[in-house]
Amino acid sequence: MTAALATTALSVRFGAFQAVRDVSLSVRAGARHALIGPNGAGKTTLVHALTGSVKPAAGRILIAGEEATGRSEAQRVHMGLARTFQINQLFRNLTVLDNVLLAVLERNRRTAVFWRSVRNDRAALDEARSCLAFVNLLALAERPVAALPYGSQRLLEIAIALAARPRVLVLDEPAAGVPAAESAAIFERIHALPASLTVVFIEHDMGLVFRFAERITVLVAGQILTEGTPAEISADPRVREVYLGRRGDHAA
Amino acid sequence: MSALNPASHGGLSKPALPFSPVTPLIFAALIASYFLFPNHLALATQILVLMIFALSYDLLQGHAGIVSLGHAVFLGLGAYGSAILARWGFTDPLLGLAAGASISALVALVLSPIVVRGSDFTRLLVTLGVASLIHEAANRMRDLTGGADGLADFEVAPLLGLFAFDFEGRTAFLYALTVFALVYAALWRVTTSPFGLALRGIRENSRRMPAIGSPVARHLAVSYLLSGAIAGVGGALLAQTSRFASLDMLGFERSAEIVMVVTLGGTGHIAGVSIGAAAFGLVKDALSTVSPRYWQLGLGVVLMASVFLARGGIGGLIERFGRFGRRA
Repeated sequence: MTAALATTALSVRFGAFQAVRDVSLSVRAGARHALIGPNGAGKTTLVHALTGSVKPAAGRILIAGEEATGRSEAQRVHMGLARTFQINQLFRNLTVLDNVLLAVLERNRRTAVFWRSVRNDRAALDEARSCLAFVNLLALAERPVAALPYGSQRLLEIAIALAARPRVLVLDEPAAGVPAAESAAIFERIHALPASLTVVFIEHDMGLVFRFAERITVLVAGQILTEGTPAEISADPRVREVYLGRRGDHAA
Repeated sequence: MSALNPASHGGLSKPALPFSPVTPLIFAALIASYFLFPNHLALATQILVLMIFALSYDLLQGHAGIVSLGHAVFLGLGAYGSAILARWGFTDPLLGLAAGASISALVALVLSPIVVRGSDFTRLLVTLGVASLIHEAANRMRDLTGGADGLADFEVAPLLGLFAFDFEGRTAFLYALTVFALVYAALWRVTTSPFGLALRGIRENSRRMPAIGSPVARHLAVSYLLSGAIAGVGGALLAQTSRFASLDMLGFERSAEIVMVVTLGGTGHIAGVSIGAAAFGLVKDALSTVSPRYWQLGLGVVLMASVFLARGGIGGLIERFGRFGRRA
């Protein structure tokens, strides 16, 4: 079976610095796949390369078996790859509903329409509302984004990505900056995503990673250290050493 | 006040909508000026052209966020396009408008790949450079453009074959008013359309747009094309109503002036920009009557005062007043 998302020997360079080195990754359809690693391991750079905002120096990217390496970020969205951002990238002076509506219209390729009112597209509005309902933001639909609490803004990040109707959803630290109590609520929504949707996520909270991930890839210094199930990863002494163990070392 | 209340139009986002209750006031004032100042219809017509030109540039800067120091190129091309067509014997005014829109749209289409990419700064330089090239080309092509003398030897046939352009400028004014009304309505429609929402998305967060699958460069190119076409309509109207097409219509001063006008009116606010253009035209005329030598000094003072005292321009004032009215 073809992987929902795959890379072969992917490398990203910034000048002399190699941020991502020979990463070959294969994410099966419907997986809940976590990317972990210490700060500066290249996780976010890898996400940028996957989604097309950073050009790789070498290697290939396949979305559901289709060549995506030379495609633009926008083209990859239409191939079924959507993402969220570690730091909110929202349309702050638009309403919550318009944020999602815009994403629906871009996916439908309806934004070329300049002769009709945006409010006439009932189907797009309904779809935007259902995305908001999924992340429990429907009640705030008419509020401007800037007036939203931070945790709700993190959920809106996800709703906008869902409006692209992705086959693969890449979440870059979906609960970044959110208090622990609320981050569980965000991951509860991620857990409730349809099983057919492939989810790749970066997360620092190991409790959340072991609870929600089925597979984990560990990145260290731009390279894959190892990959496996949560049980395998937590038992791996190398992982303990570079990543999990550090806290233990301090405690000891 | 209903149009200012977000709840009353089905939750259209953001209170700062381009359509405000000020719109009927603008048109009432324009119609009234026809009856109140029958001896100043030529000035009123020129102001209507300025308002159309300002709206075209506002689509570019206020809605798509593209700054340009060469927008008068499209005004001038529209003026020359309709004037040259009339010299060739095609004197129908509506045909002239279509020609003005087409030639400007065509040039915008050719230029869009180099204007759309890049930062604000590179756009300023590119539009400035292209504008000087076109200005010089128009200057050199004397046979076509009349060079520094401009073109005045052309006729304009009666509008729709019925209404001749009279000496008092009544037909010209009503013609310009109708074109302005159509441009105003068209821009209101464009800015509240799915395309308009995408333009606001680009202005709000250009980084997120590609991540939701948006063809950002194409959106910007389309807005450049539309904006150029509308400026071309304004230029054709200017040539037809003043019976003149000249180099200054595509010159740098006009380009810089329209940036000031749109800032004064409040970028992104259609009603504000229209009022700003009218106010600018009136103040400029009044100051040049008072002091033919130093009127630009007075204009400079008015502009600087408006930037410091009224942030968001006239459109910003309208919105603040609207919010105040709702609260009361």
